[in-house]
Amino acid sequence: MPMKIENGPFWKRVEENLNNDFMRGAVAGMQDRGYVRRLGVIEELGHWEEWRSLAEQIRKHTLENLDYYLMQLSENVAKRGGHVFFAQTAEEANDYIRRVALEKQAKKIVKSKSMVTEEINLNPVLEAIGCQVVETDLGEYILQIDDHDPPSHIVGPALHKNKEQIRDVFRRKLGYTKSSDPVELARHAREMLRRDYLTADIGITGCNFAIAESGSITLVTNEGNADLVTALPKTQITVMGMERIVPTFEEMEVLVSMLTRSAVGQKLTSYITVLTGPRDEGDADGPEEFHLVIVDNGRSSILGTEFQPVLQCIRCAACVNVCPVYRHIGGHSYGSIYSGPIGAVLSPLLGGYDDYKELPYASSLCAACTEACPVKIPLHELLIKHRQIIVEREGKAPVAEKLAMKAFRLGTASPSLYRFGTKLAPGAFAPFVEDGRVTKGPGPLKAWTESREFPAPSKERFRDWFRDRQKGGNPS
Amino acid sequence: MKVSLFVTCLIDLFYTNAGKATVELLERLGCEVDFPEAQTCCGQPAYNSGYVKEAKEAMKQMMRAFAHADYVVTPSGSCAAMLKEYPHIFRGDPEWEEEAKRLAAKTYELTQFLVDVLKVEDVGASLHGRATYHTSCHMTRLLGVKDAPLRLLEHVKGLELVPLPNAHQCCGFGGTFSVKMGPISEQMVDEKIEHIEEVEADYLIGADCGCLMNIGGRIERLGKPIRVMHIAEVLNARN
Repeated sequence: MPMKIENGPFWKRVEENLNNDFMRGAVAGMQDRGYVRRLGVIEELGHWEEWRSLAEQIRKHTLENLDYYLMQLSENVAKRGGHVFFAQTAEEANDYIRRVALEKQAKKIVKSKSMVTEEINLNPVLEAIGCQVVETDLGEYILQIDDHDPPSHIVGPALHKNKEQIRDVFRRKLGYTKSSDPVELARHAREMLRRDYLTADIGITGCNFAIAESGSITLVTNEGNADLVTALPKTQITVMGMERIVPTFEEMEVLVSMLTRSAVGQKLTSYITVLTGPRDEGDADGPEEFHLVIVDNGRSSILGTEFQPVLQCIRCAACVNVCPVYRHIGGHSYGSIYSGPIGAVLSPLLGGYDDYKELPYASSLCAACTEACPVKIPLHELLIKHRQIIVEREGKAPVAEKLAMKAFRLGTASPSLYRFGTKLAPGAFAPFVEDGRVTKGPGPLKAWTESREFPAPSKERFRDWFRDRQKGGNPS
Repeated sequence: MKVSLFVTCLIDLFYTNAGKATVELLERLGCEVDFPEAQTCCGQPAYNSGYVKEAKEAMKQMMRAFAHADYVVTPSGSCAAMLKEYPHIFRGDPEWEEEAKRLAAKTYELTQFLVDVLKVEDVGASLHGRATYHTSCHMTRLLGVKDAPLRLLEHVKGLELVPLPNAHQCCGFGGTFSVKMGPISEQMVDEKIEHIEEVEADYLIGADCGCLMNIGGRIERLGKPIRVMHIAEVLNARN
């Protein structure tokens, strides 16, 4: 599954999803429950704004010194006997991992949840050399067996599916015969997956945070699947976006706490696993060989630009979980594995404006995302920056909008033109006004009056009333 | 105290009653109201659409128009938040940066001005009925004004104020979002109206005419018996 989801043009996707009542109910339910839970754990922690500032500071510091910390990380991984590979592109990352799989003559690979491997489209590369790739995160597992249905949420990838749909997928693909009870479904998946863990040649994981001072990686899950993926197979490959790094354990602890609270409203998740290199002598389990693949894939070209704050992201999805637009259109409407506000900012940066030019506009700029972000990414401001680039550099703005904005500039920069223009408004609107309102608007107003009345301009502008009143003329 | 009113383009043109109520209310509380005729628009429609150059021209005009003012008061949380952004937008511009800072520092949203500067919470208003208040996003999140409108409304005689469920959620206005993303905006405003109906409010009160135009326009289209009022009109009501 590459970053781009091939499901038609933006409006087709939106229309389909607006008609998907189940998905919308599931998303709204998740958002409403999550909102209360998140506020609860934030309050319990106390001093949330100070924690956010600290987390932001940690992320900013790390990004400003990214070369240093990446070097430190790779040296420490190597010291512990691990292999480090810097991949500039998705292809380089995939090639490296494929080479490892070929060398190990791998037949079966188990994976824990990783957005970056979705971004680089790793699974088909491994399948093409005859590997069976098994996703072990329950949500990812469901999507994988359902003919690679794309994820609709960066933390809960199968959010758009209900338990009956999941039961049907299990019946169709796994010969499942039991009910749609989530406990039974999960038990079945667990039984299937246990066999895979035991027989896999390679385990592939993502990485929540790499720790530079020790060369460790941190994995945060509620299912414990990442522990099995890293404990049993002989070879472990961890794939990380190049920005997913912290200087020391101290910063890791702060960010994990921000992550679990923001992502799922939990003080801590069930499993937080820190792994350092391959198995040492005397260790009971762990891989014999460890590879760390650090993926750039467009990230370094964001560094040093006005979009750098987006690299502060710790993939908690708090912005997605409060977004009123995501609430109604769901993840698949974004056409990218990165959905919601973070997806609307990140997808055009990693994938270009041709595919994602609508996303920066799929926001009312309500700033719920910016407010929720635990590392203070100014998401709604970055969306405005995208719009500015689309207008100024990409020249992709509609002609009517450009003309309207030209008129705006003329009318608002000159008080006399403004007065003149607004004086004309009631007359200009007159043909469309009925009972003091516009029901069928012309031009750009049409989109408004599709669903709403538009007010008719007042016969007397406020400024006329005020002037008359000052003159002692006609106070009302 | 002399206050300079930035009435906003929406009120100047469409919601003149909210503007009149603002003037009468401020005067009743002892202010002398000045209306600089050279004011136009805060620039937000252009700025938020990515037309920064165009927006800056409007912003410069606003800075010129209010250069003389001691206090700039505006009955819109969103426009006030935009004015507060000027220093950020003109950062490094030797000609305008200082003026932008001055304007931002002396700008207040109406309810913020009443509570924080005039130190009043009971303005002597009365309005009978059940009302709910829409907390507009820019006013609460960008301007940080959360309590002032509620404190003022709590003192309105006869008004039964009920909390709006999911109050934190955007009504779907978002300026050009409402027309560019019409079908999505419609779903958002419908959900807002469902919540307003849920609490059986007679009045929906707000402090931003953008949101009110959106929610009110949809309420009218659906023919719902809910009256939409700007908070200045409520605070100026005597019935």
